[in-house]
Amino acid sequence: MSQGHGHGHDEHAPIRHDGHSSPLARRARALEALLTEKGVLTPADIRSAIDALVSRTPADGAKLVARAWVDPAFKARLLADPKAAAAELGIDLTSYARLGVVENTDKVHHVVVCTLCSCYPRMLLGPPPAWYKSLNYRARTVADPRGVMREFGLELPPKVEVRVLDSTADMRYLVLPRRPPGTEHVSEAELRSLVTRDSMIGVSDPPAATGSCLT
Amino acid sequence: MRFREGDRVRVRADDRAGHVRTPAYIRGKSGWVAAAHGEFRNPESLAYGDEGLPKQPLYLVGFRQTDVWPRYPGRPTDTLYVDVYEHWLSPEEGSA
Repeated sequence: MSQGHGHGHDEHAPIRHDGHSSPLARRARALEALLTEKGVLTPADIRSAIDALVSRTPADGAKLVARAWVDPAFKARLLADPKAAAAELGIDLTSYARLGVVENTDKVHHVVVCTLCSCYPRMLLGPPPAWYKSLNYRARTVADPRGVMREFGLELPPKVEVRVLDSTADMRYLVLPRRPPGTEHVSEAELRSLVTRDSMIGVSDPPAATGSCLT
Repeated sequence: MRFREGDRVRVRADDRAGHVRTPAYIRGKSGWVAAAHGEFRNPESLAYGDEGLPKQPLYLVGFRQTDVWPRYPGRPTDTLYVDVYEHWLSPEEGSA
């Protein structure tokens, strides 16, 4: 965040309502109007639900991963019972879908996709990126995961088993990526900054430690 | 729970319309039960305003990629895991 939020009034195109909303948007608005009219929900309920949905960020996932890297006992608990382990770090996941955490190693590399829609561990990563929801990613990840990962810059050795997880139902999956080499003396706080969203989906590995992290 | 970890299973090849949580590309394919997740309300009736009862056991089913895609471009040891509800699974012929 090097750029502050200035309040200069730069020139930009005026914001106009184009009057052509999609059929889905119109349907959503009709449902919203019905639900509030019948007293099932208030507009404030809808707002706070949306706020809760978008308030999560990959920082929560990164917190779990960094702790698992520095604490083998925590890692074992995270893999065995992810929600209980998250609660230890003050992350409350009780109201969310079931969660599975899968570990990437030298032998197995997991990558997550939802071919049927866009199931995603929102409780730990926030809303999914646009590409995760694209038909292209969904169709190709199950059929050619190595090709997709190559496009994300990850070339896995042939001896590594690539394991695709298609989260089609009531489970959500978070990948515990491999700890980057050369980070043995890096603090847990600094490790957190190395844990990328994409590495917790499994399409890439966390970047190697940069110079500034090794001081 | 009809199946246990390690059981060989085949995904039903049904062609059904509507809200179905079993992707078409694994229908008719054989794999193994990698984990039993427990029971969940059935999303296939839940989606239509029903109660989703009786609950359906959900399994993590593993497949060899080369069994799913005849021209799989990766390595023969690569695998695919999909969550499948019990009513979509049958024992693989020839297995106990």
